Amino acid sequence: MIDFLKYLAVMAGVTYLIRVLPFVLIRHKIQNKFVSAFLDYIPYAVLASMTVPAILYSTSSVITAVAGFVVAIVLAYREKSLIVVALCASAAVLVGQICVSALT
Amino acid sequence: MLKRGIKDGIPIGLGYFSVSFSFGILAIANGFSVFEAVLISMTNLTSAGQFAGITIIASMGSLLEMAVTQLIINMRYSLMAISLSQKVDKRFGISARLLLGFGITDEIFAVAMGSRKEISRKYFLGLMSLPYVGWTLGTLAGAVFGNIMPDIICDALGIALFGMFIAIVVPDMKRDGKIALTVVIAVVISCILYYVPFFSKVSSGFSVIISAVTAAAVAALVSVHDENNEKSISGRERYD
Repeated sequence: MIDFLKYLAVMAGVTYLIRVLPFVLIRHKIQNKFVSAFLDYIPYAVLASMTVPAILYSTSSVITAVAGFVVAIVLAYREKSLIVVALCASAAVLVGQICVSALT
Repeated sequence: MLKRGIKDGIPIGLGYFSVSFSFGILAIANGFSVFEAVLISMTNLTSAGQFAGITIIASMGSLLEMAVTQLIINMRYSLMAISLSQKVDKRFGISARLLLGFGITDEIFAVAMGSRKEISRKYFLGLMSLPYVGWTLGTLAGAVFGNIMPDIICDALGIALFGMFIAIVVPDMKRDGKIALTVVIAVVISCILYYVPFFSKVSSGFSVIISAVTAAAVAALVSVHDENNEKSISGRERYD
């Protein structure tokens, strides 16, 4: 337990400081156009690079993951809410798995 | 404001429940107690960092390895914090930042930045509250009930987090060509780093940073360039 708490303290401490230090220290509005455009695009860049290709390996087979991926893109394109997209992608994976296991 | 924040946080909270459910299952599978799993979620509130963290603890890695790994995987939060800092209102002071900064996650950040007005303390507090509850309860449920859930369900929930990311990104790609450009570049670089054997030593946390920083920098250069062109065109018209 003591060991666990040491790990926890380091893990939580580092994660907290990463979030809060820049939030507290950089309080002025950034005037530089390049930097402010960069900061506008960063969230999309982070989410995109976290998703592809990792999403393909987020389930037990690439085939079902592709099914979920496609469903998510189509629904997101139609501007469905976050939870609808997330759950329908999961449902597509589930249906895909049932199909795969029926075929094999 | 608080209410609007809470309402905007509902889908994130539900999404987090399903994602942290799989974290709870994984933590138990790695030999953690239910209490430890929930404690990790309550003090960290981050998906990728926690998944990496329990692997390090389970394999008795060093504390330095833990610190460096968290730093790399979560460095994107620093970029988000700076971004968010540009959009909060004047009353969002130091103490509010010390307290609420804890709630900066990919999804909370994305939703907060999506709102058109300046972000108030109350709105941000409301926004982060249900995701925090969802993340904590999902971990608890996964840790307690995970072993009686059929594998097929747990497996399907594994994609939920990514579904949420896609739901945030795709609609804005439609609206803004530069966001679409950002996403395409980020995806291409991320795939190169993943599939080209030469880069196989690059960890997933580093890969996200390299891809994201490059993509956002290119899109920002294009954006600044376009703006300058527009200015010079309108300037010429004025003098004609």
